[in-house]
Amino acid sequence: MDFSLNEEQQLIVETTRRFVQSEILPLEDHLDPDAGSLEPADQDRLVAMTKSMGFYGLDIPEEYGGPGLDTTTRALMAIEMSQHRAGLYNPCYGVFGGAGLAQLYEATDAQKERWLYPTLRGEKKGCFALTEPSGGSDPARAIQTRGIKDGGEWVLSGSKLYISGADKADYALIFARTSDDPGRNGVTAFIVDTDTPGFYVRRVVHTLRATHYATELQFDEMRVPEENILGEVNGGFAIANDRLSRQRIPYAAGCIGPAIRAQEMSIDWAKNRETFGSPLAEKQAIQWMIVDNEIDIRHSRYCVLEAAQKADSGERFRTEAAMAKLVATEASSRVIDRCIQIHGGVGVTKDLPLERWYRELRIRRVGEGPSEVQRLIMARDILGGSFK
Amino acid sequence: MGIRLEKAWMDLNAATIASLPAQLGVYQVADSQGTVLSVGYAGARHLFGIRSALEEELHLHGDRATKFRFEFTSNYRSRWDELLMLHLYDHGQLPSHQQAEQSRVGRLSPN
Ligand SMILES: Cc1cc2nc3c(=O)[nH]c(=O)nc-3n(C[C@H](O)[C@H](O)[C@H](O)COP(=O)(O)OP(=O)(O)OC[C@H]3O[C@@H](n4cnc5c(N)ncnc54)[C@H](O)[C@@H]3O)c2cc1C
Repeated sequence: MDFSLNEEQQLIVETTRRFVQSEILPLEDHLDPDAGSLEPADQDRLVAMTKSMGFYGLDIPEEYGGPGLDTTTRALMAIEMSQHRAGLYNPCYGVFGGAGLAQLYEATDAQKERWLYPTLRGEKKGCFALTEPSGGSDPARAIQTRGIKDGGEWVLSGSKLYISGADKADYALIFARTSDDPGRNGVTAFIVDTDTPGFYVRRVVHTLRATHYATELQFDEMRVPEENILGEVNGGFAIANDRLSRQRIPYAAGCIGPAIRAQEMSIDWAKNRETFGSPLAEKQAIQWMIVDNEIDIRHSRYCVLEAAQKADSGERFRTEAAMAKLVATEASSRVIDRCIQIHGGVGVTKDLPLERWYRELRIRRVGEGPSEVQRLIMARDILGGSFK
Repeated sequence: MGIRLEKAWMDLNAATIASLPAQLGVYQVADSQGTVLSVGYAGARHLFGIRSALEEELHLHGDRATKFRFEFTSNYRSRWDELLMLHLYDHGQLPSHQQAEQSRVGRLSPN
């Protein structure tokens, strides 16, 4: 495979890198090390900039007014956009805009008018409520939230756990069991406005990640009209699989940015910090850590770009996307760990971004399908369906 | 686990502040009637953690601020947001000098 960048990609990568270095890093110098947002005036100014650059709403498909980037270019941008302290979960603090929940692109026209388009215009926010206290790796079997039909409405009761952004969301995509089928054929997706009576955000779930915190939800006989069903009744799991696999690629790419930045910081540190009469860079133990970092970074990059190229050329890419997610999250975690070791004491302080990346990368190995689930996806593809 | 800040109130003065460890965390500052004047956090940018943050509160509110309670946590950002949301739920609005946060924080419906 040829991983060299074309002229346009080179320009986009350089522009994004300059944007991060000249616009984001200086602002971060003055923010709390765990901050998740910019001052509103800075946010507005930078959004205006990304709009004028034609980069706003990166993930919005072209037919919906997005810039129409292919997956490879989007992944290359994700590698650049995450090279700052908040970059893992708040790449560039969201000034490149969002695309909303992937599943909404499969909605009816009326549903798109009500939820998707206002989201693309930045007027509404949604959250994705799949995981329950009973488990998230195998949601099809674990979902216990019930949806019972009552006339033209459905009555939803149950709870959800670890739902990001539900406290600020205008609507939630909620998966509930609507038949006696104990597996994926008994689950329906509902779009529910969060001001619906019976919708409660009970608490913040504090994790290693300080921003975009997770929440616990409770649904208490929440009445939802039939027209809020996304897709078919009992067909909730069939929605937007291709789009979700595709999203896994920039998600993986976003883990590589902090690893690259941490490696640059460590090389610089190793050349300048002296112990036992010579720079750290002259010690073989440190050199090997730097080399191992480079191997992990390049391995992740190749996996991400291979998955992206397959997605762009219309080939099957499910295995490659799962591999990219697994490799990038695990390899970047190892890189940050070694970089902290190279830095010594200062590496674990809030004076440097390493400790935040260390904490947040740990979540990346669990969220969006844990490493074991990615292995499961690959095993199915490699061994064939009979070895489920 | 209860989500409210249910620690005992302490007198807010220079001596109590000086006796606190320089850790990170969240706190509430109130007047003598118990009206909460600030829901704040001591973050990594506060030189001496909770001590520096409370000194700023004393400076901001002057004699009106008479007591405080706090909780040490390294998750001060998400815990701070949680306390702001609880305050909003209980009182309908945030303390007057924190109104700007109102559009940023979300909604919580604690049991
Ligand atoms: C900060 C944060 C934010 C989140 N945001 C959201 C959100 O917005 N919306 C949402 O719906 N969910 C969200 N989640 C939930 C997340 O998707 C789940 O935590 C994840 O899917 C794992 O589910 P679980 O925690 O219930 O673990 P379990 O399903 O109980 O699994 C426990 C462990 O066992 C492993 N395991 C499971 N099956 C196998 C197997 N067959 N073989 C080997 N190992 C296995 C898993 O990989 C996992 O490590 C979030 C989680 C976190 C931590």
